[in-house]
Amino acid sequence: MRDVAVLSFAETPGGIRDADETEMLFEVIGAAIADSGLTRRQIGFTVSGSCDFVVGRPFSFVTALDAAGAWPPIAESHVEMDGAWALHEAWVHLQTGEVDAALIYAFGRSSLGPLRDVLTLQLDPYLVAPLRPDALAVARLQARALIDAGRAGEADFPGDDEPLAEDGAAAMVIAAGELAARGRAWIRGIDHRIEAQSLGARDLTRSPSTKQAAARAGAFARPVDHAELHTPFRHQGIILREALGLETAHTAAAPIMVAGLARVGHAARAILDGRAGRALAHATSGPCLQQNLVCVLEAA
Amino acid sequence: MSSITTPIRLEFEVRAGRDLTRFLAGIAEGRFFGRRCPSCRKVYVPPRGGCPACAVAMAEEVAVADTGTVTTFCIVNVPFAGQAVKPPYAYAGVLLDGSDIPFAHLVYGLPVAEVRSGLRVRADWAAERRPTMETILGFRPTGEPDAPPSVWKAHV
Repeated sequence: MRDVAVLSFAETPGGIRDADETEMLFEVIGAAIADSGLTRRQIGFTVSGSCDFVVGRPFSFVTALDAAGAWPPIAESHVEMDGAWALHEAWVHLQTGEVDAALIYAFGRSSLGPLRDVLTLQLDPYLVAPLRPDALAVARLQARALIDAGRAGEADFPGDDEPLAEDGAAAMVIAAGELAARGRAWIRGIDHRIEAQSLGARDLTRSPSTKQAAARAGAFARPVDHAELHTPFRHQGIILREALGLETAHTAAAPIMVAGLARVGHAARAILDGRAGRALAHATSGPCLQQNLVCVLEAA
Repeated sequence: MSSITTPIRLEFEVRAGRDLTRFLAGIAEGRFFGRRCPSCRKVYVPPRGGCPACAVAMAEEVAVADTGTVTTFCIVNVPFAGQAVKPPYAYAGVLLDGSDIPFAHLVYGLPVAEVRSGLRVRADWAAERRPTMETILGFRPTGEPDAPPSVWKAHV
């Protein structure tokens, strides 16, 4: 394995309403590249995470490329997923040895559309989605199962204000080899696993995919002193902490498509700021924690 | 059973960003404005979050004329669903005087066969000016002599 360092991370402040995706991205990409100490020319690969369904516009990720500086032409990729999976693709790209530095960015503008109903479209299109359970209803099935199992209380039941709709963007620069000479937050392991799409085929109160991804990322080798969990709904923190063997963790629910990448960014910051020597970051995608990514970072 | 039908309808809001909001406010006043890239000095109309070529945030706000030069164009002869204008009509890139990036819009007021690169045009404003692109109905010839290729060649 090639050692990969998180050189920099930037995100928009909460509460943004007036900026479009390109404007948000210019800020965070500019800040991430400046903080990385690298030049744009040294970045050999660019990959983004976003979802056209969130903004209700086809090819929104192409518009967003304006902010990435795609002239002269760059090697670029996109995942229709949270930016944490874009990070995974970038990390794999660095493992090939073809490039030494990558820019990852993500954006979501859920304030433009009915997020709860948009998320319905990720359900099984034949038997579940036609019933139109919205994201809150689906999450409540999971929370109810957790309460019935005696592992959560009524206070953990998702409220009407969930899922949290918030606009935002984030960017990160990672590097390996000589370009990582200044690196102080290192990715020691990263892995993601997915479970069955059918909600009825899963025990919604457990997250074996999180556990498996964590094991493969080396999370259980030694305890971590900082953890960042992506919990679109609050009760999911209970399931994730159990899967990861954590007593406490920082959690965040939004912005959609960004929050997972931002968890890795916050874990890296904890190391860069000297608050942690070993940190874990988690990202999720799909209904009821269907797919999970775990990244373990350490100080040099 | 070979298929099922499950109608889906989602409603989204279209909300312009900071620069486009400013641009549309100018349109409502009958004015074009762009922004100049601090690095390559090009003026973009409409302005965008930054310069996509230099990847830097735009700085200076620049007033741009409502006259310009046709760079490239196409004659639309084919009808399609939702078409707002009856074919044949010309859709052209218009390089507004004082800007560096062509602006795409309808060109009319002359036979479509006479639309050409270098044609000098002026914006045709709707009587009621609102902050939407429909406030610019299109572009009409000014009657000036054609601009030389040095003006438009780089944009073809």
